[in-house]
Amino acid sequence: MTAPALLEVENLRIDLVGEETRHAAVEGVSFRIGKGETFGLVGESGCGKSITALSIMGLLRHPLAIGGGAIRLEGKEIQSLPPGQIRRLRGRKIAMIFQEPMTALNPLSPVGRQIAEMFVLHQGASWSEANAKAVEALRQVRVPSPERRVKDFPHQLSGGMRQRVMIAIALACGPDLLVADEPTTALDVTVQAEIVDLMRELCAANGTAILMISHDLGLVANICRRVAVMYAGRVVEEQAADEVFRHPRHPYTRGLVASLPLLGSRAAHGRRKLAEIAGTVPAIAAYPKGCRFNPRCGLATEICRVEDPAATPLPGDGLVRCHHHD
Amino acid sequence: MPLLILRRLGNTIPTIVAVVLVIFTLFSVIPGSFTSSGDDGRMLDAQVMERMRKELGLDDPLHQRFGTYVVNLAQGDLGNSFRTREPVTKIIAQRLWPSLKLTLAAMGFAILVGVPLGFIAALKPGSLVDMASMVVAISGLSLPKFWLGLMLMYLFALTLGWLPSFGYGDGGIRHLILPAVALGVSPMALLARTTRAGVLDVLNADFVRTARSKGMSEYRVVRWHVVRNALVLVLTTIGLQFGSLMGQAVVVEKLFSWPGLGSLLVDSVFQRDIPVVQGSILVIVLFFLLINTLVDIAYVIIDPRIRYG
Repeated sequence: MTAPALLEVENLRIDLVGEETRHAAVEGVSFRIGKGETFGLVGESGCGKSITALSIMGLLRHPLAIGGGAIRLEGKEIQSLPPGQIRRLRGRKIAMIFQEPMTALNPLSPVGRQIAEMFVLHQGASWSEANAKAVEALRQVRVPSPERRVKDFPHQLSGGMRQRVMIAIALACGPDLLVADEPTTALDVTVQAEIVDLMRELCAANGTAILMISHDLGLVANICRRVAVMYAGRVVEEQAADEVFRHPRHPYTRGLVASLPLLGSRAAHGRRKLAEIAGTVPAIAAYPKGCRFNPRCGLATEICRVEDPAATPLPGDGLVRCHHHD
Repeated sequence: MPLLILRRLGNTIPTIVAVVLVIFTLFSVIPGSFTSSGDDGRMLDAQVMERMRKELGLDDPLHQRFGTYVVNLAQGDLGNSFRTREPVTKIIAQRLWPSLKLTLAAMGFAILVGVPLGFIAALKPGSLVDMASMVVAISGLSLPKFWLGLMLMYLFALTLGWLPSFGYGDGGIRHLILPAVALGVSPMALLARTTRAGVLDVLNADFVRTARSKGMSEYRVVRWHVVRNALVLVLTTIGLQFGSLMGQAVVVEKLFSWPGLGSLLVDSVFQRDIPVVQGSILVIVLFFLLINTLVDIAYVIIDPRIRYG
């Protein structure tokens, strides 16, 4: 690894805490993100990718709690910091964009003010300075006539515009890491590309690393250098993005890649049904024994049902967690 | 904004018309009449009764009486009391201020105690404060007003002797406290509960998570993003409670011999003093409509998403 690690997640475990029970919703998750690197975390809904993101932000709320492992920012453990100190990292060092731009903004507050709060909080600016900076921030995310738009309320903006406001808020104080949790899922397809390009461009200009969380392997592979695939609370494969497409090692990843529609394939091969992965993601309290993917896996044998596969290193700093990987 | 206020006031006109119609018909068809139901159970001489009925116009057909009533009402004339022959408007005017004072004081108490109580409870759910305030809220809702009033009288007037037990006195605050608390406890309890629920609701909203992700302290999260949003929810309860409080005051006014519209209404019903009854109810209804209009306007000021077409 050439770049020093900006974020290092090591053996992270997140528990779902009940009255008397603790179920590991996320277990043994490790990955590193270098300075300015773009890293993707892919998986179906419920696989634990969003709570992994929230745990990095220190925003897990009851009944979820970190149950073990470490999260290091520039080598310093942050998962055990007192709330007051991890709060100082939020917005300044690590910022986050959420999935629903409709509900993620305060409906009763003008968007300009919601951006300006960042400058007041982290740079000690006065409200009038902060408002002037908010106009600039809106201009940066290419909202037309930002002088007027700052006074708008969220409901007066389109979904794409609202997500631009979210990006403006997240990048306001030049964070080192941007955590983007399904930032384009709620948007029209045509707007998705615009938002992704904007994020990538602004982050590249500021040297901000991106942790992109999505169920959309295509999107993630498109903008991320490295990709980790999560299934049922575990990272099952991690590789360079193009390698994941060219040579997916885990049966689950292969299923994901096969389920992507390919533009023009219908013309070349005729009408074909898209491949799908049979079954559904198991519930947290009912993770199967052995390999967690075994009930849905076509290659599963006796060992898969008994023994949890260890992470096998792959060439090029990747890993796969499967007894029968290629 | 002025246009909006005018439009909201205009919208209340059909309600007022309906209320006038209902009150008038109701008190024309219920059994018993002024001439036959005296306080002392007196039976009037048939001739006297006849003369009184004629004088008060009670023998005219219903539609004709209604016509006269509406025409007079349009000119701000609520008729004359059967009993004292004084204009109803004058009688009500004397009672209006004490009534308003009691309602405002009770609502002030309810808001000043209930809203902060609900807020504190919501910010520390499961804590001692939370449980204590919810016990207060539930008991406040279930205690009958007249019983609570009696207990307050017993404790603060008879036993401790801090406050006068009943009456209007010189109209000062000392006489106001006990009836206002007796009247205000149930809206206070309801407000505490709705505030708690509202704040908890807002605290779970996505935008509060966004606010936290910005690196804000919990205090700022609440100040900048929770209070206003919770207020929208609380406002509905305030409006409904406030509006109906003047009607609810009937029991408390009777108990504390408070010279408000409520006690006037009860007395007039017993005496079948129909013009006064109609006038009092009309004023109570108008007050309800006024408060609701004010609340609607407050919504528009607080919440930019709300526009009345």
